[in-house]
Amino acid sequence: MSTHLETRDLTIRFGGHVAVDSVTCAFRPGELTAIVGPNGAGKTTYFNLISGQLRASAGQVLFAGEDLTRLSAPLRARRGLGRAFQLTNLFPNLTVAENIRLSVQATRGVHYEMLRVWSKRRDLIARADEVLEQVALSARRNVAAAALSHGDQRKLEVGMMLALEPAVFMFDEPTAGMSVDEVPVVLDLIAKLKRDASKIVLLVEHKMDVVRSLADRIIVLHNGRLVADGVPAEVIASAIVQEAYLGTAPTQASAA
Amino acid sequence: MMILSGDRPRNAVLSVILAAILLALAFAPFLFPGSKPLNVAAKICIFALLVASYDLLLGYTGIVSFAHTMFFGIGAYGVALALFNYGPSWSMIALGIIVALPLAALLALAIGLFSLRVQAIFFSMVTLAVASAFAVLASQLSWLTGGEDGRSFQVPPVLRPGNRLFDGEIFGVAFNGRVVSYYLVFIACAALFLLLLRIVNSPFGRVLQAIRESPFRAEALGYRIVVHRTLANVTAALIAAAAGALNAIWLHYTGPETSLSFSIMLDILVMVVIGGMGTMYGAVIGATLYILAQNYLQALMGSASSMAASAGVPLEPGLFHPDRWLLWLGILFILSVRFFPTGIVGRLRQGATKA
Repeated sequence: MSTHLETRDLTIRFGGHVAVDSVTCAFRPGELTAIVGPNGAGKTTYFNLISGQLRASAGQVLFAGEDLTRLSAPLRARRGLGRAFQLTNLFPNLTVAENIRLSVQATRGVHYEMLRVWSKRRDLIARADEVLEQVALSARRNVAAAALSHGDQRKLEVGMMLALEPAVFMFDEPTAGMSVDEVPVVLDLIAKLKRDASKIVLLVEHKMDVVRSLADRIIVLHNGRLVADGVPAEVIASAIVQEAYLGTAPTQASAA
Repeated sequence: MMILSGDRPRNAVLSVILAAILLALAFAPFLFPGSKPLNVAAKICIFALLVASYDLLLGYTGIVSFAHTMFFGIGAYGVALALFNYGPSWSMIALGIIVALPLAALLALAIGLFSLRVQAIFFSMVTLAVASAFAVLASQLSWLTGGEDGRSFQVPPVLRPGNRLFDGEIFGVAFNGRVVSYYLVFIACAALFLLLLRIVNSPFGRVLQAIRESPFRAEALGYRIVVHRTLANVTAALIAAAAGALNAIWLHYTGPETSLSFSIMLDILVMVVIGGMGTMYGAVIGATLYILAQNYLQALMGSASSMAASAGVPLEPGLFHPDRWLLWLGILFILSVRFFPTGIVGRLRQGATKA
């Protein structure tokens, strides 16, 4: 009931440019919302405002009844906001397993334990192994993250968010740059999350076929404004989206 | 392997080198009798610890501090002033440490909270400014610190050279106060080094490495990096201050040249880079090599120079003149950075994984 994620008049200005312009929107648990819009529409900026990487110029971010607007990114992460990044953002010289393990460690609140040896925390390692299994990276566990293929790095990025066990999952183009045979692993994971009625899933995605198959709801951003909001079929068919975003017939896969 | 915190040298050559250094230092008073070798050995112990604590910042957390000698100096002056003003006793050594360590921790906390929130470069600049101010202060307050002359003082009787723990000798070496002092320094340094090794291999230490790799990502996972960086800064400062206290006890003297000067800061940087950043073991190797070079390269060059002259080799006479030792050290440093950018430890481990 009160586990909604909500933005109220959320706005950010960079000098004279308004990148996100008073966006008011609520996201419910058990719902997967796709956020679409042309390049530069403010989708990633909107994500950054929600997860705390950027601070709003005006407006509010609320989650589970709490105002998060003034909280830093780490504190929002601790409240349950998980984020996977568009530009892959890993710990490049640490191993795959270590990347995930650090994520588990953060969730379990093991932040300042100085005098125990990390390898003795088998609970953390065991959980990391589970996540590695989920994202199909067990075989690559001892490789440095920087040495992974692009697709594997994307999977690791998603795995790090899964390991956080957040209440809100924010995927920023999770399949961008992946080869065709790698995409299903990630889409399956997202589809599984969707079945969990307690989770809010937000997805920025360009590929319309992905959006159509996964999303319960689509919101459209254009020039920082929220211009459409509704069930996929309606939104894709609406005139404003045709004009602002798709430009061509809705049956075409990508608008980018 | 509990004591090594599960972080092994991970390379046969490296293990052998480290074991050799450890054994040489553990039995230094018997293997290398005489006051100069013992001085060199004690300096290696103290600097290995000092450099390791700096590695916690530079190599593990990825922040550049120029205030490390300040914390070293705080420890050294704390013990020196307590002994100088209130007489040579163990309780005064304790007093010096009890005052110096919290002072170092407080300063590190203040600098960290003030400047680690913003970009790392700002932190470096602040440490530089604070350290310079501290050095000036130490030399200006001459009524307290002895100014540029520093303070010479007596240590507790047990540690004085004249003291004999017992009659007779072990392996032909009198077990005097110097040897006792040396073992005090050696054991304290070894214990604190193991503590550092444990910290970098703790869950906390792993987060520090994550912050070094990507502060942005670490925050997104929910780590408050300001707190982690500040804690690392405080820990490093405490260990540096402890090393400073040991240095004062060993030298019976503390002055700007032995504890606060910027050239010591540069020495630390060189040692950590030669040894290998982010490895801890690199600090031991870097300190050993550098201090040996500092103390013996000059002599070696002197003999090389005279040998060349007597053999009639037409060498530019100034080239190997002992006064040029810093030039050669500089060249060695540039070569080592060029060919072993990850330091000696990094290079050895790399070779191990390739083979």
